Amino acid sequence: MRHVISILLENEAGSLSRVVGLFSQRGYNIDSLTVAPTDDPTLSRCSILTTGEKWEAEQITKQLHKLVCVFRVSALLEEAEGGIEREMVLVKVNTPNKNARDEVKGLADIFNSKIIDVNAEIFTLEFVGNSSEIDNFITTIGKLAEVLEVVRSGVVGIAKGNHFMKP
Amino acid sequence: MTMMSGAQMLVRTLEDLGVDNLFGYPGGAVLDIYDALLESKKIKHILGRHEQGVAHAADGYARATGKVGVCLVTSGPGATNTVTSIATAYMDSIPLVVITGQVGTPLIGSDAFQEVDTVGITRPIVKHSYLCQSALDIPKFIRQAFFLAASGRPGPVVVDVPKDCVRPSMKFEYPEMKAPVKMRSYNPTKQGHKGQVKRAAKLIADASHPVMLIGGGAQLSGAMDEVRTIAHRFNLPVTSTLMGLGVYPSTDKQFLGMLGMHGTFEANHAMDKSDLVFAIGCRFDDRVTNNLSKFCPAAKIVHIDIDPASISKTVVADIPIVGDAKTVLGQFIDAFDEFKLQENASAMKQWWNQINKWREDNCLEYEKDSKLIQPQEIVEAVYKATNGEAIIATDVGQHQMFTALYYKFDEPRHLLTSGGLGTMGYGFPAAVGAKIGCPDKEVCLFTGDGSFQMNIQELSTCLEFNIPLKIFIFDNCTLGMVRQWQKMFYRGHISSTNLNSNPDFVALAKAYGHEGFRVTDPKDLDAAVKKALSMKDKLVIVDIVCNTDAKVLPMQQMGGSMSDMFLGEE
Repeated sequence: MRHVISILLENEAGSLSRVVGLFSQRGYNIDSLTVAPTDDPTLSRCSILTTGEKWEAEQITKQLHKLVCVFRVSALLEEAEGGIEREMVLVKVNTPNKNARDEVKGLADIFNSKIIDVNAEIFTLEFVGNSSEIDNFITTIGKLAEVLEVVRSGVVGIAKGNHFMKP
Repeated sequence: MTMMSGAQMLVRTLEDLGVDNLFGYPGGAVLDIYDALLESKKIKHILGRHEQGVAHAADGYARATGKVGVCLVTSGPGATNTVTSIATAYMDSIPLVVITGQVGTPLIGSDAFQEVDTVGITRPIVKHSYLCQSALDIPKFIRQAFFLAASGRPGPVVVDVPKDCVRPSMKFEYPEMKAPVKMRSYNPTKQGHKGQVKRAAKLIADASHPVMLIGGGAQLSGAMDEVRTIAHRFNLPVTSTLMGLGVYPSTDKQFLGMLGMHGTFEANHAMDKSDLVFAIGCRFDDRVTNNLSKFCPAAKIVHIDIDPASISKTVVADIPIVGDAKTVLGQFIDAFDEFKLQENASAMKQWWNQINKWREDNCLEYEKDSKLIQPQEIVEAVYKATNGEAIIATDVGQHQMFTALYYKFDEPRHLLTSGGLGTMGYGFPAAVGAKIGCPDKEVCLFTGDGSFQMNIQELSTCLEFNIPLKIFIFDNCTLGMVRQWQKMFYRGHISSTNLNSNPDFVALAKAYGHEGFRVTDPKDLDAAVKKALSMKDKLVIVDIVCNTDAKVLPMQQMGGSMSDMFLGEE
């Protein structure tokens, strides 16, 4: 089962290593991780995608909350109204001829993906969606053109409705 | 306005926090701190002989007194030598502040002489840690470290102090400690949830086969009076983990003895057949539960713990209550009064009849030998000679379990033992710390010929600071517990457990300037123990040659339920 764990932590030296260390120390997986300061620069927001049983996710959130540098923790998808998750991907594809360029351009339009860098033989595309949409985007584009590089941002998430995480 | 260097602020902060004993070992990175320490009239520095011993001593001091233990060591090897001690304190939730020297901030990351990433190395075994970046961080972080170490679920906190932060030439205004420490991201829960307490209170009164299970959390929170009041009110059978021993008097008729792998027959059977386990400050460790899927099949679990992550981690709680044991038990007493709940007398009579039948098994009975001292006898002899009132530090292995089973602790904070980590070499330095914290108490060390040699250098500390411990070596020329497993589960293959080249412990005692003698005949044991205890101002080593093949029994069968046990040798 997928879990997006959302963490508000003190933006200070060593905080992130405590969070990451806890995952490896207790045998939990990190499938993706993103972290950046929030509107309050003394705090960072961290989103971790992990897989495991429900009780494991509960243990993870409890153990994370025990860290002194951690302010708030929530398992997003278990929030009362659920959560929204987004991920961004940058894909570099080989477009050696007009045919390939047209195919990729057409597909980008269908997916609502932006072409953000172009040279004679290579297009770079940007696409935002949830993780399965991104999987689908990469697979589909791979059928039309040779994929040279894929960079995924990792999942960020936020709770739906009037649930929000503030200090 | 007082201008001070970082080193002076460090010393002053410790003084302001009420530190009177500082365990330590100097070195390059902490020279300035040691220089400032010379000026202190309030802090006594106890120089150990190895940083592991230094930090264990601070731990033993903390366990015996209930105060925060503090130690100071240098960077690099000084810090790494404390790692085992920090992990020991972490596993047993002991309030410990470890101040480590560090190379100057400009050198950090350059592989400088005696540089290690102390905060990184200790990260998984501390409650929290700090790396000071400036002199003014020192008072702030040390105050926070004390607050964190002692509050909530206690634990060790490391404060890493780079050398340039304590430079004597750089002076700053000392920030006086005005308000209590507050940290926005750290707010441990003290009070239990009222509704949960009420539900649990009714469950306890209604239960027909209840068992009260005491853990180290009850010890740490000082919940002795509340535990005893509740147990008596409902005539509850009481069992305890290794870390909880002494919170409930072991000589009381309601006490069933320790539970778990080497628990008593009656305690483990009562757990297995119970319909309600009232667990206070324990974490259902694998040495307690045996096979989780067969653990207490009929029992509802009421679990009080200050650490939410300890609840439903292994054993799922029916009524979880997060809070401080003493506070929550106080709430329980109020709830019992509010609902006028009393003992369920007829059910408890039947339950006790059943328990007393298990007791008739006399699982702690053992055969004495006319020529060979049995390790159990040693514990009983010291118990008798100290009226059961001594503080006992133990190392790890057979003698540790014999102590837990045969020394009837009646008061809390009297057993100092490495429960979670099982650190051989813990006992001796811990006893040093305990004697410094409680100079008027008799402090004895039960150790083995294996464990004792793991921190034997502290004999020198004891001479320097005149620490008159009584050391009883359960000398069986083997690593007894490992040998027991080899005998029982490895077809009797003895692999690297014989200790055939032990030193002459008596001569060793004398070489370090202490007293020592050897006992081999069971007839001489009582007299030897009395003689050692009568030598009040001396550290005495009693080298007791005992049965190599003794086994700690009873013992749970691996993979079984609580009550699947080996009782005797077969």
